[in-house]
Amino acid sequence: MTTFEAILLTIVTASTPLLIASLGELVAERSGVLNLGVEGMMAMGAACSFAAAVTFNSTAIGVGAGVLAGAVMAALFALVVLGFAANQVGSGLAVTIFGLGLSGLIGAPFVGARRDPVAPLHLPGLTDLPVIGRLFFGQDLFVYGSLVLTLAVALYLNRTRAGLILRSIGENHASAHGLGLPVLKTRFLAILFGGACAGLAGAYLSLVYTRFWSPGMTAGRGWIALALVVFAAWRPKWVLIGAYVFGAATVLQLHAQAAQFGVPSQLLSAVPYLATILALLLLSLRHGRAIGTPGSLGVPFVPDR
Amino acid sequence: MKEDLSTATRPLVELRGISKRYGDLLANDGIDIAIRPGEIHALLGENGAGKSTLVKIMYGVVEPTAGEILWEGRPVAIASPVQARDLGIGMVFQHFSLFDELTVAENIAVALSDTWTLSAVRAKLGDISRNYGLALEADRAVWTLSAGERQRIEIVRCLLQEPRLLILDEPTSVLTPQEAEHLFVTLDKLSAEGVSILYISHKLEEVRRLCQTATILRAGKVVASIDPRQRSAREIAALMVGAEVGDVRSTAPHVPKGEMLQVNSLSLPADSVHGLALKDIDLVARAGEVVGIAGVAGNGQSELFAALSGERVAASNAAIVIAGRPCGLAGIDARRRLGAAFVPEERLGHAAAPTHSLSENTLISHAAAEVSRSGFILLRAARRFARSIIESFDVRMSGPDPQARKLSGGNLQKFVIGREMIRRPAVLVVDQPTWGVDAGAARLIRQAIVDLATAGSAVIVISQDLDELFEIADRMSVIHQGHLSPLKPISAWTRESVGLEMLGVAGSSHEAAHAH
Repeated sequence: MTTFEAILLTIVTASTPLLIASLGELVAERSGVLNLGVEGMMAMGAACSFAAAVTFNSTAIGVGAGVLAGAVMAALFALVVLGFAANQVGSGLAVTIFGLGLSGLIGAPFVGARRDPVAPLHLPGLTDLPVIGRLFFGQDLFVYGSLVLTLAVALYLNRTRAGLILRSIGENHASAHGLGLPVLKTRFLAILFGGACAGLAGAYLSLVYTRFWSPGMTAGRGWIALALVVFAAWRPKWVLIGAYVFGAATVLQLHAQAAQFGVPSQLLSAVPYLATILALLLLSLRHGRAIGTPGSLGVPFVPDR
Repeated sequence: MKEDLSTATRPLVELRGISKRYGDLLANDGIDIAIRPGEIHALLGENGAGKSTLVKIMYGVVEPTAGEILWEGRPVAIASPVQARDLGIGMVFQHFSLFDELTVAENIAVALSDTWTLSAVRAKLGDISRNYGLALEADRAVWTLSAGERQRIEIVRCLLQEPRLLILDEPTSVLTPQEAEHLFVTLDKLSAEGVSILYISHKLEEVRRLCQTATILRAGKVVASIDPRQRSAREIAALMVGAEVGDVRSTAPHVPKGEMLQVNSLSLPADSVHGLALKDIDLVARAGEVVGIAGVAGNGQSELFAALSGERVAASNAAIVIAGRPCGLAGIDARRRLGAAFVPEERLGHAAAPTHSLSENTLISHAAAEVSRSGFILLRAARRFARSIIESFDVRMSGPDPQARKLSGGNLQKFVIGREMIRRPAVLVVDQPTWGVDAGAARLIRQAIVDLATAGSAVIVISQDLDELFEIADRMSVIHQGHLSPLKPISAWTRESVGLEMLGVAGSSHEAAHAH
């Protein structure tokens, strides 16, 4: 395997958790809920999936536990912001702080444990093709899953009635309620989906990316996912591009640091952020009226009865 | 006179003893209404009389505290808008229940049952457009449409569900006279097809033109049920208010003197994607006259107001001259110091801070010198100042110094207009002075505007209410797509000529006016 091939493979690995978490947050935000708890849900997903995978010696059970952990945290968040119509910013921050702390507690007995790598896809012939073989036909199921998820979310939002209802609710929840659309139910499901995705992204981090657990291992990826949704103007396609630009820049700047070009490492560390902003900015410039902020984003909904 | 009409058919819908209590407030108090098939029934009343609550109950948005609803003689519970629609009730809201970022077809599809696909909606949209003359483009995003087109979406959305009762809440408030007439034709056609219509409006002439029956609410109760075609607008207004509503009168004829406000070829680019650019605006307001700016919503009124008030500064100082001093580059406070005062359209959040008390709200405009000293608020002076506004403008409220948001629309409007007028500004610019305000408060505000001009101020009134402008303006101009038509004496305008300017089809009149 050439260095070039290796770099491409690590880019995919770095981008996938961002993509999954961003897609979940995108759906929640399109329904009008700003979930700042992504980082905490991701950490819980990472800790619970690793704990379950080690305990039962099964990656599948680990992944299930991670998704469930994210969804449970999301249900808690939903109870507070939908049931009690609490401030979404404050509640989301609380969930993140809570999730980071609780994940440390759950993961504590598993510090130092290691998991074997998850087996990647192997298609005889195709996977063995030079350069592109491993890249396109030798990834693990998470990677393919995340790409299918992108397509599914895009189709759901733009081509289905349920997606239209979700967008309407995010755009103007008072009107949607007036039309008899189920505002709270739709938002509840959207938040659960967002949490499950964050949990899945966390599971990917601890089971595939690092294959060990350490407290705080999400390292701000939840926040990056949130930022990607905004920069991508709430569009699944652009989230995909943004996640990969960020992943690529992260990996490339690490290699650049190792190669010691004489550029300060702090400056290189900033490159992924600048590159992502620049890429998405260029995209939105091309599209003129690009800012698709959902009209009711972050506003608590209290039905008038 | 209602009896002899209603004996013929059984009512489609009948409300019996409907009451709705919000805490101490009885918004609806034992309301009885019957609407027959094919009838256009007006629901009249001042702000806060309980009209909105009642229609929300009929549409299943609000639950009544007591009373029953009979649909074709059978008692029904309408627990949600979905149930209302299943019965055959459609509603066109006053504030459109549309989604700006979605397309016309999407906006319609989202309100229909899930058997409708987008392509079915597109096809049916064509049929409805032809049958009722409601032209719409299926794939346009709603934010690009005019208010009239937006309303068409709402109506088409209802019609696709083949309603038996259509509820319209103040449908003409955003329409040009021509668009309104168009709407009436559609409604007459629906009525002839047997659809019942519940029509809520402040505009009594419309009600007299359109409706066979009118139920009048006051303070949550039905005070009369009449045939509006047999009563004068004045009689109906008296029933709504509970007292005679007088005309606006000027105590002395307006004799315009020197130019107090001049706008010289003012152009401003749009400040957002939803905004509009102002194009080469010329305007003069003289001391002692009321200048009216008519136009349909969204044609640059808010941009013009922002440019006059200094919320947005012009490109050059000479573009705006107040009391002989160029101030195009000056901000709002500097313009106030030149003797100008401004009342924006939005009461809550723009003219007044919703959660601040009325006395604190006196600090918002240029009251600084009177109610503060070296940066500290003189609380007692502020309260005294607020009280003098409250007394001179008959502001009614509960408690001595309530938060602005606790006041009804009409009372808050009296307060914010009073706050600016009480200092007798040399120039007053008001955007939509009586928007959503009841008849009594509207009369008081219009009278105050006319009196201020009589006392020697220059007043500019930007309004979408043509009746209002014909009542109080001395000269008038029409704004269309950020362009202002030449200012002409009010007597030179007719409703038709104003309507043509509003639609932007009176292009030839510009040349004619420039010629002399």
